Amino acid sequence: MNAKKKRRLAFAAALLAAGAALAGVIVYGLGQHTMYFRSPSDVAAKQVGEGIAFRLGGLVEKGSLRHGAGAAVSFRVTDGNSSVACDFNGVLPALFREGQGVVATGALNGSGTFVASEVLAKHDEKYMPPEVVQALKKSGRWQEDAR
Amino acid sequence: MTGELGQLSLCFALALALVMAAAGLMGARPEARLARGAAASSAMGLLVFVGLAFATLTYAFVVSDFSILAAANNSHTLKPLVYKISGVWGNHEGSMLLWVLVLAIYAALVAGLQRGGERLTSAALGIQGLLASAFLLFILFTSNPFLRVDPAPFEGAGLNPLLQDPGLAMHPPMLYAGYVGLSASFSYAAAAMMVGEEGWARAARPFMLIAWIALTCGIALGSWWAYYELGWGGFWFWDPVENASLMPWLIATALLHSALATEKSGAFRTWSLLLAIAGFSLSLIGTFLVRSGVLSSVHAFASDPTRGFFIMILIALAIGGALALFAWRAPSLQGGAAFAPVSRESALLLNNVFLVAACSAVFVGTLYPLLLDALNGTKISVGPPYYALIFAPIFFALLLLVPFGPALGWKRGDLKAAWRALMPALGLAAVAAVSILAIVSPRGLASTGAFAVAGWLIGASILDIRKRKGARASAFAAALAHAGLGITLMGVTGTTVWRSEALTVVAPGQTMTVGPYTLRFDGVTREKGPNYIADRAHVALMDGGKVSTTLLPEHRFYPAEGQDMNDTAIHTTGWRDLYLALGDERDGGRFALRAYVSPLAPLIWLGGLVMALGGMLSLWGRLRVREPEKVPAAPAIAQAAE
Repeated sequence: MNAKKKRRLAFAAALLAAGAALAGVIVYGLGQHTMYFRSPSDVAAKQVGEGIAFRLGGLVEKGSLRHGAGAAVSFRVTDGNSSVACDFNGVLPALFREGQGVVATGALNGSGTFVASEVLAKHDEKYMPPEVVQALKKSGRWQEDAR
Repeated sequence: MTGELGQLSLCFALALALVMAAAGLMGARPEARLARGAAASSAMGLLVFVGLAFATLTYAFVVSDFSILAAANNSHTLKPLVYKISGVWGNHEGSMLLWVLVLAIYAALVAGLQRGGERLTSAALGIQGLLASAFLLFILFTSNPFLRVDPAPFEGAGLNPLLQDPGLAMHPPMLYAGYVGLSASFSYAAAAMMVGEEGWARAARPFMLIAWIALTCGIALGSWWAYYELGWGGFWFWDPVENASLMPWLIATALLHSALATEKSGAFRTWSLLLAIAGFSLSLIGTFLVRSGVLSSVHAFASDPTRGFFIMILIALAIGGALALFAWRAPSLQGGAAFAPVSRESALLLNNVFLVAACSAVFVGTLYPLLLDALNGTKISVGPPYYALIFAPIFFALLLLVPFGPALGWKRGDLKAAWRALMPALGLAAVAAVSILAIVSPRGLASTGAFAVAGWLIGASILDIRKRKGARASAFAAALAHAGLGITLMGVTGTTVWRSEALTVVAPGQTMTVGPYTLRFDGVTREKGPNYIADRAHVALMDGGKVSTTLLPEHRFYPAEGQDMNDTAIHTTGWRDLYLALGDERDGGRFALRAYVSPLAPLIWLGGLVMALGGMLSLWGRLRVREPEKVPAAPAIAQAAE
């Protein structure tokens, strides 16, 4: 084996090792930092532990929006069968309405309230977050004209 | 009438694209001179007819011809003219037409500039013709912008207000110029494999540069838009749509560097070919992700399965075909030239390794949720923490190594000499780190490290510029682009680490503080825009007892579209942004008001601009200097004129 071949082999081995390391880190990162989407029924079925970040989607329950002290707001997210209380300290998106689709990111606290760090409403009149559509279909409350 | 004219133009364009594909590929044979002429002239014809179709559609939007479905669904008589025009590509059909228009422009440029040998150019035109045919078929059969509605509605449905914005009006054309620009290097690479010509990297260089500049500007523009329009004060969300534009940029950057080595010293011949294929493939995947509706969910696909299916087939054919060609022809191409372990080639190799690794991390993070959803319906999302864990360290390591590239010689470099030459840059890095530690708080490892790296990058660029004093302008391109990276890094670090935020419910007359600023809320007035009604908050920025300026964040309602939108107000000193968003109304005339102070935020986009300027310098040098070509230029020009 001449010097050039040896060098090529060493280079290939180094590249392979780097690739393997990258793959390892990616798999680890995905394991650590993926967030699941849950519907209120999933939460009611105790599928989610306290303090674990996830995305909660459904409709904002009619008549549930309350303004607290300062910028704090609370509302309930429902899929028709179950609903989850939700606290948020921030500016709600312009398209946030009672009775309409919403996706919130956050985690449950000790008393089972969902503390949201981010709230997304649907982008426009025609659009409903697909996860919400699925959650409603699963709970049997989906109506085509709800769009 | 206009609809039929557009439709007819598209049909002619398809015919010409097919001719261009056949003639161009035939012209790859040495004796087929006639075919080469035909390919070049059909490229010009293609541009004329696609241009005509696009002009027709634009006309329909401008005069509000609602008998055309695309205009009826996406336009409105009350919209300002500029948004009537930008509405042309603010919808699926029109944006696909824009895609093909940009492709036709590039094909005409390839034919007009006649870079590289005539066989190479002809084969490249053939590939462009294939791509144009496929996309024109896609438009005609699944996304025809000239479909009619009968009876025509009185009024159009309007355009999503989020898109009615000067930044976003320019964003798609810019991004498409980048995406589709990569098709030129893809075509040249495939052509090079067919005719076995080595000069493709030089021939395709201007197209790579144009694509890279456009992508850089397009991404910067998109990020700037997200910053001031979405009202969260963030500039990058690792959203799949953003990632779809970042991936081609990473590969295009790798390609620019690798192809430079191929051109100058003959290294990485096959690798550059592979990157050219990968770059355009990622552009196609990006188009697919954004345009098919697959992104929010794989099942949103069901809204129009034919479109997604068609693009998927197209991607499979383009990528599969190119890779098959690569597997078949690459072994027979001349291998890469040798270089010493310490050399500019090695530095460029490391650059490529890091860029490809970074791109892989983004690729997996973007597509893994889609894959999981398709497999078992599990809905997950991969958020910023994933990218902070993986992308950031890879990119950081890359930035550390950047200054060595230009400091090392081709073939065999001298690491000691490079270190000595870079010492002052290291000094600047140390100064940056120490001043962060001494002056700014909160201090942290990340911010100190980031500023040290920024100082290192900018210092090395200054050294590089001094070294080349008196050279042609294009010699400074790399230094400028690398300095731009340093500038963006400072902006990103500043906003991420030192941002302050205040969220208060205020009554008229009350004040609030955020960071070093004191703001007085002076109430809300009702204003009427051209096609919206706005609640406009008057917020005075106080300087001592005086009002130094008034900020006017708005909450707009667009009756035509039935939508609400926030319009932020930003006051910038150039070093620091004060950013205001108006929230919802509370009882007693009180409003929620959200304020951010983002130190160094403007540097994020300034850096992007500096990078793009670097690219433009290089492009200018390329187009100005007539490069010596293997084939005499005269016959090629004569042929283009035929």
